[in-house]
Amino acid sequence: MIDCQGLTKQYGRLRAVDDLSFRVQPGEVLGFLGPNGAGKTTTMRIVAGFLPATEGRVLVCGFDIETQATEAKRRIGYLPEGAPSYPEMTPRSFLEFVAEVRGIAPAKRRSRLEEVFQLLHLEKVLDQTIETLSKGYKRRVGLAQAIVHDPEVLILDEPTDGLDPNQKYEVRELIGRMAKNKIIVISTHMLEEVEAVCNRAIIIARGKILADDTPQGLASRVPSRRLDEVFRSITGGAAA
Amino acid sequence: MNGVVAVMKRELASYFATPIAYVFIVIFLVLASVFTFYIGNFYERGQADLAAFFTFHPWLYLFLVPALSMRLWAEERKSGSIELLMTLPIEVWQAVVGKFLAAWIFTGIALALTFPLWITVNYLGDPDNGVIVAAYTGSFLMAGGFLAVGACISATTRNQVIAFILSVVACFLLLLAGFELVLNFFAGWTPQAVLDAIASLSFLTHFNNISKGVIDARDIVYFALLIGVCLYANTIVLHLKKAD
Repeated sequence: MIDCQGLTKQYGRLRAVDDLSFRVQPGEVLGFLGPNGAGKTTTMRIVAGFLPATEGRVLVCGFDIETQATEAKRRIGYLPEGAPSYPEMTPRSFLEFVAEVRGIAPAKRRSRLEEVFQLLHLEKVLDQTIETLSKGYKRRVGLAQAIVHDPEVLILDEPTDGLDPNQKYEVRELIGRMAKNKIIVISTHMLEEVEAVCNRAIIIARGKILADDTPQGLASRVPSRRLDEVFRSITGGAAA
Repeated sequence: MNGVVAVMKRELASYFATPIAYVFIVIFLVLASVFTFYIGNFYERGQADLAAFFTFHPWLYLFLVPALSMRLWAEERKSGSIELLMTLPIEVWQAVVGKFLAAWIFTGIALALTFPLWITVNYLGDPDNGVIVAAYTGSFLMAGGFLAVGACISATTRNQVIAFILSVVACFLLLLAGFELVLNFFAGWTPQAVLDAIASLSFLTHFNNISKGVIDARDIVYFALLIGVCLYANTIVLHLKKAD
């Protein structure tokens, strides 16, 4: 379970995240929705243990992300915004590095990596340096890195950004397949993605939760039952 | 410990995956030879020792080591991979030590590749190999000192040029700390004890001691402490400022 209690992040005068509280249970695929600058990435960075919160705390599977950071991080797979990696490395050496740091036993490492390469269709580019890969491949290398240790919690910041429609479909399929007993939090501004993979959506703007519901529940708030209209009506005032 | 080794291996491999390793090693060897033979007058001195070689190491390191250390953290910040590294289940200090060790081992490799000089001097005469081993040790320790200072500075910025310039300046001050230029700046408004402390901070004093063949515990402790303090500061900098 992820348990966020009163998360606040202050950057000088700007309050990027303002007293956010929510819980996510296994089996839930939570979509973070919001206009650009709403605080989605900041929230995910705090939950993944990259940024310290100004106030509030995060428990990941019962471990405090600040005081028991290593234990908590073991259970998280995290795809940062823009899927950064080491450009001079090949996907193979990069994932071997992550697997080693993640403590996957050397005996199991090879077979697990083969599995992950297959899942994300990386076999063709394994020995090419990451800087020479297309945006879609880079994103998939980032995803592979996040799932290599089969984590209980997956935090994916815009997992399908830069992918073509086929690749988007595959990544969503993958998320759907992994969803059964995991906690998955994804951020996106593609509303159809929320409908396709999430069973819960939180809309945030200016660092505050404006809505927390199932995608169907959200859609039923307007007569047209269209998520983009709900999104506009909820965040319209905040974005202006 | 797992984390330290994994980070170290990755970092070391990345030197050799880019031209950095080859450029650095070639330039280091060429410059070291130029200094030794042309400025140090290796042959004209008529002595079978490597003093002409080691005398110039501090000045060689002054520019070459910051060129190596500048990218350690600044590049991670610039490319965003720091976010990945800091969300892996390792402690910050493990990443700091792993990266430092990789860079230090790399300078060790460059230094070891100067071995033909050692063979030459043994071929030409009968040098005191004990002194040479001591000088190599001292040079390696000094490189570690320079690297630790540079790594810490690199962690404060995402701009490698800034990291380079600040590291050169910091290392230059540390080199010169025992010299008039620096001491005069402090003289007059600081007590004598502080002046002595500053003087004893100098890289040169400690390196010169060791390179004469005198391995004194104080000189070893100096470099060990310097590296320890810088890496500790490096860890604190990362704790305080992970993003940007």
